Amino acid sequence: MNSSSGLHFKTYLLIFLMVIFGPLGNVLLGKGMKRIGAVDFATTAQGLHLLSQILQSGTVWLGIGSLIIFFSVYMLVLSWADYSYVQPSSAAAYLMVLLLAHFMLHESVSLTRWIGVLIICLGVLVVGYTPPSTTNLK
Amino acid sequence: MRTLIFYCLIIGAGTGGELCVARAMKALGEVKDFRPHALLAVIPRALRIPWMWLGVALMTIAFFSLLAALSIENVSFVVPVTALSYAAGALGAKFFLGEQVTSRRWVGVLLVCFGVALVIAGRR
Repeated sequence: MNSSSGLHFKTYLLIFLMVIFGPLGNVLLGKGMKRIGAVDFATTAQGLHLLSQILQSGTVWLGIGSLIIFFSVYMLVLSWADYSYVQPSSAAAYLMVLLLAHFMLHESVSLTRWIGVLIICLGVLVVGYTPPSTTNLK
Repeated sequence: MRTLIFYCLIIGAGTGGELCVARAMKALGEVKDFRPHALLAVIPRALRIPWMWLGVALMTIAFFSLLAALSIENVSFVVPVTALSYAAGALGAKFFLGEQVTSRRWVGVLLVCFGVALVIAGRR
């Protein structure tokens, strides 16, 4: 394996980790917050009680940990790969959130929502796609 | 209605926070040394820029709004709706950072908006 393919392998591996840990973080936050129930912070006392509930939720902390891993990997990849190269991977993250929500949390996802998310993915790809002609590679 | 406020905060404060942090990092200058001690030395310099504080405050508001929205709605609904931040990002890049936004990017933003509209329409 030469250094270029090694770099590619490392980039793909880390992007794969981003696509796993970002959505996993959101899904864990969702699970933790659903357990706490619909938030209510009309008074300061309610607000403080809510904050203590959030801080005591192991699932929320797992979610935060997962998002910290995502963010660290993201920063790491950006140290050598272009933002416009990495950014389209967030398209896959939207699909991953739906898959995890469906299989881990057993949320019912309507067909319209699946199609909507696929169109969002397409939009994110269009936003992030960089034509090869703008790079220095010939 | 209350949920709508949370979505506005996730998208508005989240994107605003990222734009402020981007502006602060631009003011800081390019980071070229990625060794741990050099990265640690960047933090106190970054914290001397007011845009950074505003950015972090806005991102904190966005994070707690996300938690609030997740306590009410399913994650498979909340996360796709937050994709509207691509629209907010394009508008912010154009009007706040003064960047040129390509027509390709606007097409992508329109697709994202259409997808979000379908997700909202398919709500159960």
